[in-house]
Amino acid sequence: MSPDRLIYMANQIGKFFQSQGHDKAVPGIAEHIRKFWDPRMRSAILAHLDQGGAGLDANVRDAITTLKQT
Amino acid sequence: MSLIQEIDFGTPPAKSENLVTLTIDGQSVTVPEGTSIMRAAMEAGTQIPKLCATDMVDAFGSCRLCLVEIEGRAGTPASCTTPVAPGLVIHTQSERLKKLRKGVMELYISDHPLDCLTCAANGDCELQDMAGAVGLRDVRYGYQGENHVFAEAHGKANAAWMPKDESNPYFTYDPAKCIVCSRCVRACEEVQGTFALTISGRGFDSRVSPGMSESFLGSECVSCGACVQACPTATLTEKSVIEIGQPEHSVVTTCAYCGVGCAFKAEMRGEEVVRMVPYKDGKANRGHSCVKGRFAWGYTTHKERILKPMIRESVSEPWREVSWDEAFAFAAAKFRAIQGKYGRDAVGGITSSRCTNEETYLVQKLVRAGFGNNNVDTCARVCHSPTGYGLATTFGTSAGTQDFDSVEHTDVVLVIGANPTDAHPVFGSRMKKRLREGAKLIVIDPRRIDLVQSPHIKAQHHLALMPGTNVAVLTAMAHVIVTKGLVDEAFVRERCDWSEFEDWAAFVSLPKNSPEATAIYTGVDPTELRAAARLYATGGNAAIYYGLGVTEHSQGSTTVIAIANLAMATGNIGRPGVGVNPLRGQNNVQGSCDMGSFPHELPGYRHIAGDAVRESFEAMWNVKLNKEPGLRIPNMFDAAIEGSFKGLYVQGEDILQSDPNTTHTVAALSAMECVIVHDLFLNETANYAHVFLPGSTFLEKDGTFTNAERRIQRVRKVMSPRNGLADWEVTIGLAKAMGIEMNYTHPSEIMDEIAALTPTFAGVSYAKLDELGSAQWPCNEKAPEGTPVMHIGGFVRGKGKFVVTEYVATDERTGPRFPLLLTTGRILSQYNVGAQTRRTDNIVWHEEDRLEIHPHDAEQRGIRDGDWVRLASRAGETTLRALITERVAPGVVYTTFHHPDTQANVITTDYSDWATNCPEYKVTAVQVSPSNGPSEWQKSYEEQARRSRRIAPVVEAAE
Ligand code: SF4
Ligand code: SF4
Ligand code: SF4
Ligand code: FES
Repeated sequence: MSPDRLIYMANQIGKFFQSQGHDKAVPGIAEHIRKFWDPRMRSAILAHLDQGGAGLDANVRDAITTLKQT
Repeated sequence: MSLIQEIDFGTPPAKSENLVTLTIDGQSVTVPEGTSIMRAAMEAGTQIPKLCATDMVDAFGSCRLCLVEIEGRAGTPASCTTPVAPGLVIHTQSERLKKLRKGVMELYISDHPLDCLTCAANGDCELQDMAGAVGLRDVRYGYQGENHVFAEAHGKANAAWMPKDESNPYFTYDPAKCIVCSRCVRACEEVQGTFALTISGRGFDSRVSPGMSESFLGSECVSCGACVQACPTATLTEKSVIEIGQPEHSVVTTCAYCGVGCAFKAEMRGEEVVRMVPYKDGKANRGHSCVKGRFAWGYTTHKERILKPMIRESVSEPWREVSWDEAFAFAAAKFRAIQGKYGRDAVGGITSSRCTNEETYLVQKLVRAGFGNNNVDTCARVCHSPTGYGLATTFGTSAGTQDFDSVEHTDVVLVIGANPTDAHPVFGSRMKKRLREGAKLIVIDPRRIDLVQSPHIKAQHHLALMPGTNVAVLTAMAHVIVTKGLVDEAFVRERCDWSEFEDWAAFVSLPKNSPEATAIYTGVDPTELRAAARLYATGGNAAIYYGLGVTEHSQGSTTVIAIANLAMATGNIGRPGVGVNPLRGQNNVQGSCDMGSFPHELPGYRHIAGDAVRESFEAMWNVKLNKEPGLRIPNMFDAAIEGSFKGLYVQGEDILQSDPNTTHTVAALSAMECVIVHDLFLNETANYAHVFLPGSTFLEKDGTFTNAERRIQRVRKVMSPRNGLADWEVTIGLAKAMGIEMNYTHPSEIMDEIAALTPTFAGVSYAKLDELGSAQWPCNEKAPEGTPVMHIGGFVRGKGKFVVTEYVATDERTGPRFPLLLTTGRILSQYNVGAQTRRTDNIVWHEEDRLEIHPHDAEQRGIRDGDWVRLASRAGETTLRALITERVAPGVVYTTFHHPDTQANVITTDYSDWATNCPEYKVTAVQVSPSNGPSEWQKSYEEQARRSRRIAPVVEAAE
């Protein structure tokens, strides 16, 4: 799916967790995406990360990286 | 079956816990202190004659028919206004009383027409009944004297006579038959709270009059019907009764419009509905109703209703009527072909928040078990999905915490982003009643909703914030509560996670969250906000009621969390009178969410990835389920445009009209190869559909709805489905054509399956609902009769969870091109996209959607009231007529979205809630300018719609 839209959505999730600090935010974001995004959305954002992940906020990038490992 | 006759006790119940014993007609009776003698007698089984008393309103004591004798007291007091006292000895019948009553009736009848045989109330008239009860045999006074009955007297026009008022589309007012008992006036004041009626004049000249001698339609009257119900004579009568006659049997059922879930008696003649009368035992409505449920059911028999299944290969072709079997086979073949070509995940379904629990359950079952994916969502996505997320995160359940009765114990009502008097009218009336009794009111809303100032009600604080700043305002309130030491620390320590609370308290205390710092972008006066926060925290039982003005934002879920934080911090959770109460839009939003309509959750809000839960469904359904979450509605649209989503089954929703950014929705629907619309009418979505499966109305099927207070109530069939099949049977037909067995012969069997699989529903069955009338979930072994108030003694999730709520401004910003903020809402007489209400006489109250604009903004643009204006946003533009009003603040414009030609959603954008993708309907940056007619889009849309709605004439088979 269009990465722009997904990047936007992922960053939006990131902003909610922002004030909880990096250590809580990263698992928070990852869990949210894992729980609510359908597989094609997750693979699209992972593919985007593989291509450099332009536009992803720092915590979000870290969160998606952890998604990859599971 | 017979007509259900509810007992009229004459006066409302007394609330006292002290009991009083007295003797009535030789029988000992014990009743609560404060009970009237009339009610006590009725409880003992003795009906004292009465005319001006009825138990929906307080006694007035004007007719003098209900006189009794009390031993040791002089005179003959009125039993409706005289309270019981210990040891009283009362006689309800004596020679003296008989004579007095006959005299009273004689006077009444001497000024009343004697056309009983042809009167619409014949068979349902208390005046007739009382004449019979007191044994009235002749009337000594003729009509020669002054009267209200005849248009002419002694060859001259009779000044006391008034013609019938037939202006209201649903009931008439015939002053000639009025006995001036004032029941209607009191009903309008006490029950509805509108104060539309008065008694003008005195003595013989006194008349019931709407407003300042206006017609009913021209007055403040909102057509709730309470006065009609209260009227003991034919003076106020439903037009349907006048036309059809008195009903012969009745069936108790539930309104299919809004989330209040009013219980009604459908009063019938055969299969024809004569009228819908609110049911006194309905625990949501307690005998009250609004214009929609009471009167607007005519769409059931509207000529535009589609009764035959239809199919077509492409949307440029006209529709072709076919048999049910052919339609099912066609749809099934298409869906299987799509899955074969594009993969299992290329199809999905949308469940309807208007259909029954059983029906939504079946659709999600069809998707999960039949399609083999979890691409199921519901229109609740676009309204209350943030409620589910926010309350589950903080409290542990995706639902409101109270029952509606709770408001009777509330001292401070906080209404945010909701307009109960328009969108949840019956609950609005109950809330207003409590406010008139003295409860305080805080309103947080960009617009001056009616509640802010209405008869005998004035909000203590109205925080008119800029749309999109809810989180900032609520966090600022929390700032005041924490920094001023107003936290209920004992409650928080006992019930909530203390360290999470500390993090939260530190966050809200930051100077950037103070009312003064946030005022710059919220536009709310800091002093006012501080006072409101203090009132909420210290004013006694405080309850929050909220609606779509909270959820339909990019920070919708955050706002719900902020609300929950406030309630926890002040200890306003876990007892009657307090709590967090989402006011749900459609009748079964709660139910459709409960029934597993979200792509990541099985019924009962349990994630699909949980093995134990999923396996229980697999065992019952005998199929392997996919454990990955599916697509949500906006994701489906994105996937359709991208090409990986090709088939959609839409049950009872008009997604094209109700979802944001219409152009995007049109593109998504056009990209699909098979869209199945299952609905009553050829709605807007059907313009892009290939299969149309006719739906049935709530009058034509059995099932249950779950209202905003988690109350599960029966919907009962009163007539055969005009389209041939109830909606649950349609889904079964489609499933079977796809090779999925669903063997149910009655919706009760579906409920039994739900109960077997869902712990919070374990105790629910049709037998239980018939016995109790209704039940609020959780209803199981621990709470066999259901749970009116949740989180008593502790939260469902264990410890209440405080979550930090950082304000993030929406990306939808005003700028030079789009300097105004548009927010949307609804009005009383119309319902949602209006598919039903537009097809009833309710149209007299709302012929079109208007754009509300502040006089200042209008003047700057050279716009006069009633002018056509062009409304444009980054997403698109439309035209509608302006309404100049100070209800909206400068910089804000407002419209409803009940009419398809308004196309308000052409304007709204695809920004959405960060957690749930609930669209941001409530904030769109727009520009308004004068215009001289419909936009290009409206014209081309109109043309497409016209073409797409064609139905091919049926070709007679050749000989
Ligand atoms: S219909 Fe309702 S609002 Fe209208 S006059 Fe009667 S009670 Fe009042
Ligand atoms: S209209 Fe009906 S309820 Fe009202 S005063 Fe007349 S008789 Fe009584
Ligand atoms: S629309 Fe709502 S308030 Fe009105 S009768 Fe129906 S359930 Fe009650
Ligand atoms: S019923 Fe008591 S005075 Fe009318």
